[in-house]
Amino acid sequence: MAFEVGIGASIAGARTIVCMKHVGVNVAADPLMTFAYTGLKGGFVLVSADDPEMHSSQNEQDNRFFAKFAKIPMLEPSDSQECYDFVGIALDISEQFDTPVMLRMTTRISHSMAPVEIRPWQDKPVLGFTVDIAKYVMMPNFAKPRQQAVLRRLDDLGRYSETTPLNRIEWGSKKVGIVTSGISYQHAKEALPDASFFKLGFSYPMPLDKLADFAKKVERVIVVEELEPFIEDALKVAGIKCSGKQYFPIYGELNPTRAERGFADAGLLEVSPGGEMKPFAVLPRPPVLCPGCSHRSVFYALKKMGAHVFGDIGCYTLSALPPLEAVHACICMGASIGMANGVAQVQGSDRPVFAVIGDSTFLHSGMTGLLDAVYNKTNLNVIILDNRITAMTGGQMHAATGHTLSGEETRRVNFVELTKALGADTVQEFDPYDFEAAQKILKDVTKRKGVNVLITTRPCMLFPKKIKGEAYRIVPDECTGCGVCLKIGCPAIARSEQVTKKKLFIPIIDETLCTGCKLCADICPPKCIYLLSELPAGKEV
Amino acid sequence: MTIEKSTKTKDKSSKNSVPVNVLIVGVGGQGVLLASQILSDVALQSGFDVKKSEVHGMAQRGGVVSSHIRFGKKVYSPLIPNGKADVILAFERAEALRWVHELKPGGSMIVNDQKLIPPIAADKKYTYPDDALTTLKTRVKKMQILDAAKIAEGLGNTRLANTVLLGALSTTLDVDMSIWRDVITRRVPKGTSDANLKAFDKGRGA
Repeated sequence: MAFEVGIGASIAGARTIVCMKHVGVNVAADPLMTFAYTGLKGGFVLVSADDPEMHSSQNEQDNRFFAKFAKIPMLEPSDSQECYDFVGIALDISEQFDTPVMLRMTTRISHSMAPVEIRPWQDKPVLGFTVDIAKYVMMPNFAKPRQQAVLRRLDDLGRYSETTPLNRIEWGSKKVGIVTSGISYQHAKEALPDASFFKLGFSYPMPLDKLADFAKKVERVIVVEELEPFIEDALKVAGIKCSGKQYFPIYGELNPTRAERGFADAGLLEVSPGGEMKPFAVLPRPPVLCPGCSHRSVFYALKKMGAHVFGDIGCYTLSALPPLEAVHACICMGASIGMANGVAQVQGSDRPVFAVIGDSTFLHSGMTGLLDAVYNKTNLNVIILDNRITAMTGGQMHAATGHTLSGEETRRVNFVELTKALGADTVQEFDPYDFEAAQKILKDVTKRKGVNVLITTRPCMLFPKKIKGEAYRIVPDECTGCGVCLKIGCPAIARSEQVTKKKLFIPIIDETLCTGCKLCADICPPKCIYLLSELPAGKEV
Repeated sequence: MTIEKSTKTKDKSSKNSVPVNVLIVGVGGQGVLLASQILSDVALQSGFDVKKSEVHGMAQRGGVVSSHIRFGKKVYSPLIPNGKADVILAFERAEALRWVHELKPGGSMIVNDQKLIPPIAADKKYTYPDDALTTLKTRVKKMQILDAAKIAEGLGNTRLANTVLLGALSTTLDVDMSIWRDVITRRVPKGTSDANLKAFDKGRGA
């Protein structure tokens, strides 16, 4: 969607940047592949941030292939200053060559900070849309000539790549020449500062003549790049002798140490001392749902029901981890409803089947899945976990929050009306903090036929503002040590040093973290968890 | 727009510029990122090239957070090479143990004496390392353990704990004190700078 809005802005003559992470480009690939044909009016830059090491992503794809696939130029900044500078250069290239440009980032570039020199702002007027059917209407008879234009453009860009200062040589020892781009340049430069470097800032199409010339002047060429052998393969096809992936991993993120090890394997240096201490095996600390999160009770209830749960992208994916372990598949944005639909259609589960999706993800790509389930007469239960914010990524607004991304008030989508309009047979809102009622609603819905939608009604605990209610406390001499309250994965509840007479651990609630959601008190078998203001006589502080 | 200007600053004599490496670690929500932002500001204002990079993934939900801060004449990689941290500041005991192998031989470690038991410890498969401090003492010679929350409480506000830790961190780095004070004054909420500077001094003396 963002990409299509960007196309509109660009062909109306405005300079445009569209940003997404690697998997976002998969969704935007459809318009991208054809926008590469039409070209544009105002400069257009696609910022794509890959995530080597999968710090917070579901896969590790190398999006440099998208630039090659779409036959569009690609720039790869290697630090914060280049990020800043390359945007302006990319916009210029975009307008000069009538092409979208990809600015390919990685996590380590995006999640780093460094001093940046700010340059004067150049204001560009919006030129306005002009009709050019042969350029902007891509049906076969118009697309064919555009395809030829793309091929000519690629040749022109190849020549540009040979001369642009974005591709530069830093001469050092001629014993080895390093060809590299992006963040890999920084790691390699640190590990082998004396080598000669060919730093690709404009990395597609590659300056193959300049690279061949560089290769002739050094004894051997080593390519240092993260993920796929994108540069290495191109050099080899061009007949430039080099090595790369035999020394550096094809997956994960590089760092100075991994770069050093690669160079050591290549016989170029000895590994320097340091890092001799072995890591201690410390218990993992996976991210968890916040104290008081309204998702927790839903997943605890689903777990108790033994449901098969098809999840989606958001905080609630964390419910797949112990102790809840109540999400059983998660693929990409919007896949939950489609997956649950597929399971239901092949009757592949002997348990209650639920699709669980957040508010922002449902609006992003869940609606079509719901419509399809209705159309195909599937029996399906969908829970929309509406916490009224895009929580996982830091609290961004969306179409059901009542505010735009820049904070202005706007119209707010009503999920009940929306899902009814999409054809859901039943739509019901419920309060996830009323555990008993929520449990009943979840059980009842499985008895119904058709497509049934349930919508939760509690906001996120963190965004747009932190919510903190009155805390609860466990009264130790009433506690049996059963540990049920520890099974909901609340960060505010931990085992204490105290034990019951039967030597079972008594949990303790961190009252600074507890928000008073009451789930632990609701599920506590001996009912020994009290609101601070309602502690039994003699137990108050 | 040209790039000549930005490339001109690239230092070719990189060999003699060894950056100072500081690793700050803790649990999501503890304030690791703000602390590393303040240290980066201090280094930048001291005239160094600075790079800061954090690894938090999905960790804003109580997971592991680490932040790399490197400063010197010229810094290339934003990541500290394995086992080359000059200083590690750990906001939590188990996290100190998780990251201690990144300390270079002879490096300094500052550990906040706080224990945050993750919910996963409810599972009997996992045990919180209650002996973390004892283990650390056998591995690290230059180690300071302080209970920042307690010190802050003594100053009348537990929210000053992170500034106490920055005070302790400042003793391990060769940076002008006036720059620390200046950055802290600018970075903390209005009206709290006196209290924060007091907490910083307490941390220095702890």
